[in-house]
Amino acid sequence: MANMVQAIRMALHVAEERHGVTDIFGEDVGPPLGGAFTATQGLKTAWNSPLDERGIVGASIGLGLAGCRNVAEIQFCDYAYNTIDLLKLAGMQSWASNGEFNCPMTLMTPVGSGIRGALYHSHSFDATATHIPGFKIAIPSTPREAYGLLLSCIVDPNPSMFLVPKALMRVRNLPGEEIPGEPGDDKALSKMIDAPLGDRSKWKPKWPDTPDLFIALGEARTVRQGRDLTVVSYGRTLPLCAKAAETLAGEGIEAEVIDLRSLYPIDWPRVKESIHRTGRVLFVNEDTEVTNFGEHLLRRTVEEMFYELIAPPRLLAGAFIPGIGQADPLELASVPQLPSITDAMRQLARVEP
Amino acid sequence: MSTTLRTVPSPTDAELPKEMQLKIHRLMVQGRALEERLIAMYKQGDGYFWIGGPGEEAFNVPLGLLIRKGQGPQFDYCHFHYRQSATMLAMGADPVDSIRQMKGVASDPYTGGRNFGNHYAKRAWNVCPVTSVIEVQYSFAIGTAIAQKRQGGQGITVVTGGDAGTAEGDFASCLVWASRPALELPILIIVGNNKWGISTNWEGQHGENRISERAKAFGIEAKTIDGNDPETAYKELAQAMEYVRTKRKPFMLEAMVSRLYGHSSASGANAVVDEADCLKGFEARLEKRGYLTRKQMDEMKAQYQAEFLEAHKRIRKEPMPSGSTIYDHIFQEKDLVRGE
Repeated sequence: MANMVQAIRMALHVAEERHGVTDIFGEDVGPPLGGAFTATQGLKTAWNSPLDERGIVGASIGLGLAGCRNVAEIQFCDYAYNTIDLLKLAGMQSWASNGEFNCPMTLMTPVGSGIRGALYHSHSFDATATHIPGFKIAIPSTPREAYGLLLSCIVDPNPSMFLVPKALMRVRNLPGEEIPGEPGDDKALSKMIDAPLGDRSKWKPKWPDTPDLFIALGEARTVRQGRDLTVVSYGRTLPLCAKAAETLAGEGIEAEVIDLRSLYPIDWPRVKESIHRTGRVLFVNEDTEVTNFGEHLLRRTVEEMFYELIAPPRLLAGAFIPGIGQADPLELASVPQLPSITDAMRQLARVEP
Repeated sequence: MSTTLRTVPSPTDAELPKEMQLKIHRLMVQGRALEERLIAMYKQGDGYFWIGGPGEEAFNVPLGLLIRKGQGPQFDYCHFHYRQSATMLAMGADPVDSIRQMKGVASDPYTGGRNFGNHYAKRAWNVCPVTSVIEVQYSFAIGTAIAQKRQGGQGITVVTGGDAGTAEGDFASCLVWASRPALELPILIIVGNNKWGISTNWEGQHGENRISERAKAFGIEAKTIDGNDPETAYKELAQAMEYVRTKRKPFMLEAMVSRLYGHSSASGANAVVDEADCLKGFEARLEKRGYLTRKQMDEMKAQYQAEFLEAHKRIRKEPMPSGSTIYDHIFQEKDLVRGE
């Protein structure tokens, strides 16, 4: 079964074979490395760019305006901050021209903590990304989701961001959640599509025949159903929420866990319907807590559902600090972890109205 | 004033055919009258913020005449900045549409009343949305040029900006990406050098002798030309474009131009008297050559002034965009740039 980087690679292969992708590019994206996380190995349209994030995003916009579907990678989202005005412009090509233009481009960038990436390889991008109108924004939490969301981003006529949680790059699908057509045997798949160590100049991948799978942007996924509280998350913290829900089930607390997976458009009806049933909601993400995307979700919850709530709605997010420290205890203390998520869910479930 | 930095020869000194001179002149007059109408609208409080290109007509008109307009990579992609009104007129744009944009009416065909005047967007001609940002177009140019390099043919990317904008990183990005030996790009990199960056003067920003000298370090062919002479501009542009079209490599053209009404509304949009006026210079030449009389030229200007005043009055009555449209076109259903 594919891990997340393999799933991304397979989606990109399908996109360049069947959906007209002409360029997959960025720093270390082409051979021999095929991406800092190996997500772009073996792809025929992958190439290495100058180490120039503004050039990368500018080129992506220009390619898009010329009708070339493309996937540009910023190697770590921490390095996308000097491209914010270009992203803002990408998001406004259609609106600014009153509908004359569209700009098909996908910005792919690894986000978040989990690899002891210190100050400049650990940042989240969801609060910043959702502050840029005109983009569709996806963030997967499983390889299958990555496959289907990335394909949807690519074929969308609008600019999109595909945020890849670094901590989940090597996670595999649960049984029953496979990508159609992928080999079940991990080693067999690795032999087919992972570049060998050493000289790769003559290596060619043998791609499994995986069909199109489009996971609609704007549709959340209920990972686990529950009656007692609603937990809404995405990216790295989503599987932690699901695990916490499992633990709490042993204590008689049934949590409903929703993977938002598309930050824009937001599947608010699904979230709202769940909160309507449970009356308790916890939003979890790891971006810094001040002006956090979860605060937007909280605001909508309070404005639209105040009188339906049994307990004060909560946000569990990253500490509002300039960076994430490298040492284990520093990273673990900076962003939500399984114990803090489990505690927050337990406390929320036990609030007496 | 033409300075050749590398190997491309200078065009001949022969004058352009008379018909071409008259065509360029008419467009220059039209462009100037249009900008003066837009400035009048701003000053009357009957339009919004003004920024434009009066003083650059001698360069901008030939540029518009030489651009191969159309949609898609086989035609030229235009990444303009906000001083390109005369280029748009030379490409065939209706000047009345510029008045519509200045007034912010719903019928503004470029932005529907959303953006400032002289911020064009026209997919049918590959005129990509103009922004108020002074440098980003140099980054966008990389992408359209990659598409054109791959496509083959003779379509090129034309990017324009000012001398002040060359301080920004995107200008350096354009030089780096356009000159990579592995993939040189067909970009005509234009810098309209009016020696001002709003109120920062040339000495306040530039240690280099000429901006075109920066191209040298990248092996990019470059020239600095007198952008106030439309005949020089036409011939130099034609030659530079020919080079980019056929060699599929970049060329940097620095055109020395004037800024006759200051930077924008921000600096008052008042006429300046101490800079060369390209229109006056060209008209003196046409008169000397016996192609037009002073009277004919004055009448032509007066005719355009009256025409644009009339259009302005008419457009005052056109409806403004409805506030209910603010959410329109954030997203597209169709992939327009891919021909859907």
